[in-house]
Amino acid sequence: MIAPLDHRSMSPVLKHIRRRERWGAIEIVFWLALIGVIVAFPARAALINEMLIAGLFALSLDLILGLTGVVSLGHAAFFGLGAYTAAILAANGWGDPLLGLAAALAPAALVGLLTAPLLLRGADLARLMVTMGVALMLGELANKNEWLTGGADGLNFTVAPLFGHVSLGSMGVGPRNAALFSLVVLFILFAFARRLRASPFGISLEGLRENRLRAGALGVDTSRRIVAIYALSAAYAGIAGALSAETTQIVSLDVFDFHRSADVMLMLIIGGAGWLYGGILGAAVFIGVRDVVSAWTPEYWEFFIGLMLVVLVLSGRERLTARFRR
Amino acid sequence: MTVPALEARGLIRRFGGLTATDNVSFSLAPGARQALIGPNGAGKTTLINLLTGVLKPSEGAVLLEGEDITNLSASARVRRGLARTFQINQLFPDLSPTESLGLAISERQGRGADFWRPAGKPEVVAEIEDLLDRFGLTDVYDQPTRSLPYGKQRLLEIALALACRPRVLLLDEPAAGVPEEERHDILAALAQLPADVAILLIEHDMDLVFTFATRLSVLVAGRLLCEGTPEEIANDERVKAVYLGEDAHG
Repeated sequence: MIAPLDHRSMSPVLKHIRRRERWGAIEIVFWLALIGVIVAFPARAALINEMLIAGLFALSLDLILGLTGVVSLGHAAFFGLGAYTAAILAANGWGDPLLGLAAALAPAALVGLLTAPLLLRGADLARLMVTMGVALMLGELANKNEWLTGGADGLNFTVAPLFGHVSLGSMGVGPRNAALFSLVVLFILFAFARRLRASPFGISLEGLRENRLRAGALGVDTSRRIVAIYALSAAYAGIAGALSAETTQIVSLDVFDFHRSADVMLMLIIGGAGWLYGGILGAAVFIGVRDVVSAWTPEYWEFFIGLMLVVLVLSGRERLTARFRR
Repeated sequence: MTVPALEARGLIRRFGGLTATDNVSFSLAPGARQALIGPNGAGKTTLINLLTGVLKPSEGAVLLEGEDITNLSASARVRRGLARTFQINQLFPDLSPTESLGLAISERQGRGADFWRPAGKPEVVAEIEDLLDRFGLTDVYDQPTRSLPYGKQRLLEIALALACRPRVLLLDEPAAGVPEEERHDILAALAQLPADVAILLIEHDMDLVFTFATRLSVLVAGRLLCEGTPEEIANDERVKAVYLGEDAHG
């Protein structure tokens, strides 16, 4: 039985331990504002959709990097797996968007589960190399198995309308629908991650991030926890990939590229790791800056992302978001 | 004859050519207040690591309440009731004392993998409040651990181990680095540890050892030199020789 959330009668300790569970007014405003932005700027829906999907991808990385403190520089492996799963299904006549998302989750989670044990030993540098290696291997497997993936030519597929009649295509209200669909998926997965963060499991992840030795000395089976959250993180990335394939109706080998893994880490660091909103904010900033600056200097826009990173780190972004993070 | 709470049987640990733990056997009665003393380099830390499962012994066995736990991992031993504190604080800098204790209690209850229900069941909260109160942490319950004064961190170190509700508790120099004026807080905390928990105190501070322990074991160069009541140990010529020898150098 969970105690009722009557804030006045709650002891300070209970209030403190439950504070992550409570939705703040500013959060509710944030999510409502996202709906508002999509509805108000249908012409920018494709860009917003890209931000939302990148935000989901960065959220998936936050589960493992921010919450658990395990670094990964190969998260594109799972994004790519999800994207190709949805695309291959659609190319073979199973174009239902929800089916695609559900189907994309499984191989990503499975590969996450199988490769997670590689992350349990060694130092961070070793983990960076291993995660990068897995992404490289999957990318080349997709390249080689042309019969399945279309290889370098990409894959031709059509995604069916959502619930049979809501088009997610690039015509008319399609992009707006696609962005709203991405927003709903992002919100559901975010709310689940948020709930997880407030649970004993979530607190144990933060504990093993803060001090793995002590977490073990309190009885936490740290290896199993890491494997579990890595598989979940992989599943999230897989869903992000599938969402990307379904709403852009494009998939190519570059989903596995190293720069995808690096970009998503930059987004998370821009927004701040460990508090779940960081990925969404970072993705919006990253893609927003790219959109604005590349209109002006298409080839050198990353100069400004680089500049921003340097300024953020030197100015101590921690202080800007600290108020909201605890 | 009751089953010992914790028993070491012929523990040997070699590091290359060095034998850090040399055929150590001892037992800890239920509810014991025992201390393990010995000069620097005697192998106290290695012995703790063997007992808690951080290291595997080259030979010998560790038994917890009669059950062989030699091949269990450190975290599995904790779940069976063998908890420890650390000489150098091993805390969760970004978590509050409340969250840290909640984490320990959830693990003990086997709810640590519950990802769905929020942390903070009423009985867990009651237990956290009780531990905060007993260890003088109530005023800092919501502060990040890294911002706590050192003495409070030391108390949290013990409170966390106790939150595991151990049958056996190993205290590794609980007063290490605590300034003189805060020592009595540690002593008071040690004095009110549950009577039914067997405690092995590893300590340098002789005042603390003689206040707390009713039985002493002396470890020298990886071997148990002798064992007895505080009076017997204080009057033992061999122990005097070891400690006088150390004093002469130090």
